[in-house]
Amino acid sequence: MSFSLKLGAVLAGLLGLAVILFTFERPPVETVQTGFRGVALGNIANPRLQPALAAANQLPPMIPRVPSVGPRAGQAYRNVQVLGELGVAEFARTMAAMTAWVSPEQGCNYCHNPANMASDEIYTKVVARRMLQMVARINAEWKPHVLETGVTCYTCHRGNPVPLNVWSENTGPMRGEGFSASSNGQNLASPVVGDSSLPYDPFSRYLDQAVNIRVQTPDPLPAGNSQGIKDAEFTYGLMMHFSQALGVNCTTCHNSRAFSAWDQSAPQRTNAWHGIRMVRDINHNFIDPLQPLWAANPNGPPGGPQRARLGPHEDPLKVNCTTCHQGVNKPLNGVSMLRDYPELGRITNIDAPPPIRQ
Amino acid sequence: MAEYQNIFTRVQVRGPAYAGVPLARGSSPRDGKPNFAYILGWLGDAQVGPIYLGWLGIISLIFGFAAFEIIGLNMLASVNWDPVQFIRQLPWLALEPPSPAYGLQIPPLAEGGWWLLAGLFLTVSILLWWARTYRRARQLGLGSHVPWAFAAAIWLYLVLGFIRPLLMGSWSEAVPFGIFPHLDWTAAFSLRYGNLFYNPFHMLSIVFLYGSTLLFAMHGATILAAGRFGAEREVEQVIDRGTAHERCAIFWRWTMGFNATFESVHRWAWWFAVLCPLTGGIGILLTGTVVDNWYLWGVKHGIAPAYPEVFRAMPDPLLGAR
Repeated sequence: MSFSLKLGAVLAGLLGLAVILFTFERPPVETVQTGFRGVALGNIANPRLQPALAAANQLPPMIPRVPSVGPRAGQAYRNVQVLGELGVAEFARTMAAMTAWVSPEQGCNYCHNPANMASDEIYTKVVARRMLQMVARINAEWKPHVLETGVTCYTCHRGNPVPLNVWSENTGPMRGEGFSASSNGQNLASPVVGDSSLPYDPFSRYLDQAVNIRVQTPDPLPAGNSQGIKDAEFTYGLMMHFSQALGVNCTTCHNSRAFSAWDQSAPQRTNAWHGIRMVRDINHNFIDPLQPLWAANPNGPPGGPQRARLGPHEDPLKVNCTTCHQGVNKPLNGVSMLRDYPELGRITNIDAPPPIRQ
Repeated sequence: MAEYQNIFTRVQVRGPAYAGVPLARGSSPRDGKPNFAYILGWLGDAQVGPIYLGWLGIISLIFGFAAFEIIGLNMLASVNWDPVQFIRQLPWLALEPPSPAYGLQIPPLAEGGWWLLAGLFLTVSILLWWARTYRRARQLGLGSHVPWAFAAAIWLYLVLGFIRPLLMGSWSEAVPFGIFPHLDWTAAFSLRYGNLFYNPFHMLSIVFLYGSTLLFAMHGATILAAGRFGAEREVEQVIDRGTAHERCAIFWRWTMGFNATFESVHRWAWWFAVLCPLTGGIGILLTGTVVDNWYLWGVKHGIAPAYPEVFRAMPDPLLGAR
């Protein structure tokens, strides 16, 4: 064999090696079949990556429980609007927990004026109150998604004043002006949709607005379905986000031969359906109305981390699946933190329009 | 004796450069001085050129270049004229067809007009190139098999980008110009129309696609395997016993019981290759126009089996909410 042939073979080998090393996930990959044989319903996981993922989603140390005795917080303190039913010890425990979960570095003063704890002058206190109502709403009204496991502040915040995984309206990076072609919000390498060229902002449509995710016709023949291929691309983009956020594949929920068929889908799909409505409720009824507070404090309170509180289009940073799930199909590995903090479940003053479940 | 067991032609026989048969009256002159490239001789004929371009070829190239520029410059604009991002993201970039709101109207350039223009120019270019292949084949006294095979591919291209969008009443149904985006489009197309795998014409197209590769592998392997007997020199082979040709034929007769002839194997290959885009184009044309959900169509016509339930399937929650 001539030298150039050998050189060609070596180069081709290196190229092939690079393709294999940098595009494929190193085995082992474990597949667990969940559906009937042959339909490929199942979960795919890499046991090599699981321990790190599990370790990253551990609960923080629990603050010891206290009895519900003594005067109520609403009577003992001024301006307690949502936690007034708690005993003072429970109230103090909840405040300590929130500090540990949301502003461990900044402490109480991230929200409170130390000279007047009752004052609402620091806007984060108003946000925190609304977020408590939101937690109560999720745990009371969205059991079809969170079941009895429930959520706490920590499910999203994980020790950060602003949760790490949030989104805002994205119209794409700077592009040529004039009459150069627009690209319908797609065709850029976007990590939001798994580095595909699918639409890079599927969230505004489906997780803030209430656009339905139904592109297939429930009939063999054309029946006036106006959904087009571009709509299918948007739904596909959202599904890529689901997959990344939960660390699952399409076939965890769907029978891939008929993605829309509910009678062939895994029960997880119904849970996810309610999750979409829950996230819309969160964004629409709890996050969006707080926009003026963030607009007045675009980089947060003076004591907090100087980080933008609004997106480039002045809309607030909103919630998607990753905000809670963070790579695991059950946030915090499915361990109920709410059980340790029953105080959060005793908020009755939720002050929001009823949730929309369609 | 030449060996043909290698991936490259090991012995190159080189005569003086040959311009080809005389051209008919009214033909353009052939362009370029013939040259020899040793490395190309590994793969094919070492002689490069002359090329017959003609006015069909020249106009086709001009239109093709215009389409290429429209697509490329719009891609460059989509990364804000940044050449680094252009190279990094090239596989992701695209020129997108108009949004559904425009239907079959001609939208402004920025809203899909460029896509229409690029499609028009590319189509003109391809059709002129087709005419060129037809004219060259006829001028050489050949049959028109190559142009008609090319026309099968053009049929699929026109169905995807022109005929089906016309029938659907919307340019937005057409394919974007882009590497990954057209693949995403393909996946989204199948998702929107209920799984293309249940489309019988898609099935046929796959049969002919995979069949073509199988036939190509069988034929190529057969001829290479008999290269030591001079199988590529077909003329004198067909009439004698014990030639490479007869050994090839006997090999398949012994393994399959039936064999092609030197002529018919090419007819098989031609039809398999041509039927792949022909049937595929029919399948695309029926999608959304005649059938809107291929999976349910498959259920209706008994080609999609039902499987036993393993977990308790939940009803459609949207219906439950009402």
